[in-house]
Amino acid sequence: MLAMNFRGPFRVRLDRDKPLPEIKHPEDAIVRVLRSCICGSDLHLYHGLVPDTRVGMTFGHEFIGEVVEIGSEVKNLKTGDKVMVPFNIACGKCVFCRQELYGNCHESNPQATAVGGIFGYSHTAGGYDGGQAEYVRVPYADVGPTIIPEWMDPDDAVLLTDVVPTGYQAAEMGGIQPGDTVVVFGAGPIGIMAAKCSWLFGAGRVIVIDHLDYRLEFVRNYAQCEAYNFKEMNDPVVFIKTTTDSLGADVCIDAVGAEAAGSAAQTLTGRKMLLQGGSTTALHWAINSVKKGGIVSIVGVYGPIDSLVPIGNVVNKGITIRGNQASVKRLLPRLIEHVKSGVLNPKEIITHRIPLEEVAEGYHIFSAKRDNCIKPVLIPPTAWAS
Amino acid sequence: MSTDETSPADFKNIRGSEYSHIKGWGIDANPENDPTYPMKNRTNGEHEGYTWDRPSQQEVEVEVLRSVERPNITAAFGTSVPPSGLSGKLRRYAFKSSESDYRHWLPLMLADRVNVFEGIIDDFKHGHVPNFFVERGWTAEWKYNRKEFVTKAVAGVFIASAVVAAVVLLKKNRSRVPG
Repeated sequence: MLAMNFRGPFRVRLDRDKPLPEIKHPEDAIVRVLRSCICGSDLHLYHGLVPDTRVGMTFGHEFIGEVVEIGSEVKNLKTGDKVMVPFNIACGKCVFCRQELYGNCHESNPQATAVGGIFGYSHTAGGYDGGQAEYVRVPYADVGPTIIPEWMDPDDAVLLTDVVPTGYQAAEMGGIQPGDTVVVFGAGPIGIMAAKCSWLFGAGRVIVIDHLDYRLEFVRNYAQCEAYNFKEMNDPVVFIKTTTDSLGADVCIDAVGAEAAGSAAQTLTGRKMLLQGGSTTALHWAINSVKKGGIVSIVGVYGPIDSLVPIGNVVNKGITIRGNQASVKRLLPRLIEHVKSGVLNPKEIITHRIPLEEVAEGYHIFSAKRDNCIKPVLIPPTAWAS
Repeated sequence: MSTDETSPADFKNIRGSEYSHIKGWGIDANPENDPTYPMKNRTNGEHEGYTWDRPSQQEVEVEVLRSVERPNITAAFGTSVPPSGLSGKLRRYAFKSSESDYRHWLPLMLADRVNVFEGIIDDFKHGHVPNFFVERGWTAEWKYNRKEFVTKAVAGVFIASAVVAAVVLLKKNRSRVPG
């Protein structure tokens, strides 16, 4: 089958003869992929920032598809079902899954305890091949996969497997109260969605900070918010204080993670020399921009090693920090309602629909921010007709 | 095949159940003080320990490295690229240390870099010459950023030529010096 194949930092290719995935566990399903996104967090793998990313692996944790085979213990799905597959692999039985922490499953990743299994996201996240292929093995098929409603556009469905729930949970973890000022760092797909969803919780003002003008323009229109370029400011923290009565924002959201720009020292130590779990510039700004007693919500992905953050200010300001991988399964019913009612229009953020055969170009376009790319979706040849 | 060296019996939480000897135990407990709401539907099931009805165990057919912070291989796991070669040795070494130890993560990062060279060698062994131009997606650069791409390419060729010329000249000058 056709599948993306990681060859090393900044190098991927399409394999034409990867063996078809097999049922390895009685709760597995094999899914024929219909859409698969390249996620911003895939770029951390692509750039070689995530430990234990092995050559030969297939990435892709944001995908939908059609069930073509099921294991002996799968009860809720049948062949032919079209499903959204959450990026987290969750058993549904462990103590964490049973408390709806589906991003923290204890039975899906032997290689690490800090993170549950994630499709196509290194062996640090379980060593599963991902959905940037024609077919993919989906463990615990009765738990995560959700049947796509008849009325739903597949382009909306694929974005409900990661970017929408992650953006929504970013806002949810902010504990936003009506009237709150919310600052979102990062105008990538997650930041865009976090800004959009902040309104759903009653935000009084939403501000997005980034350095790419085309993305700022996009989020301004899509999420009806304010958007500013930090390269045009002396200091984004002072800018936010100036525009919030000097008190700071009620809620700050880090939707950037390990590859934040804006600080030469952080870029050097976090992105180039890999001495930290990434560049923590956005988180640094979030902690320093939020009000005393405020909340910082983190959905940006960082590496597992230590990172430099102003933790003293967290204590002195009485800040609450909340973070997690999105619990997609928990959020899907609500988000499906929002798409149905038109409150959310996820597919509007898709800027590039790329044949799977051009996966290397797709990664480069997204990574290098070419052609005003916001969100690329890969489509396998077998899916174009579906 | 796995790297298990421990058993579930090695991971036990010995909790107390009787606190009458502690004056004031629990008098300020407030169930609403829960910063995990609404992300976590709190049941405090963790207090029961690792006792849930586990899913069926996936058969371990390839080498699976396991975090020393857990007692067993998870019920399901990925099998995409089992450890092998020199990078595999580094990965096995890394998994002797915990996730909170640099001796875990730094060998893994080193293994990843070694693995890139192993991948290139493996490609050649299988008669495949890696096309770095295509693999790096530079065809897109040609489409969307041609001017800068050509400028960089020309600059690269110029610098490489200058370096080669300098080396050749240096060698020539040295050979003229009488021994």
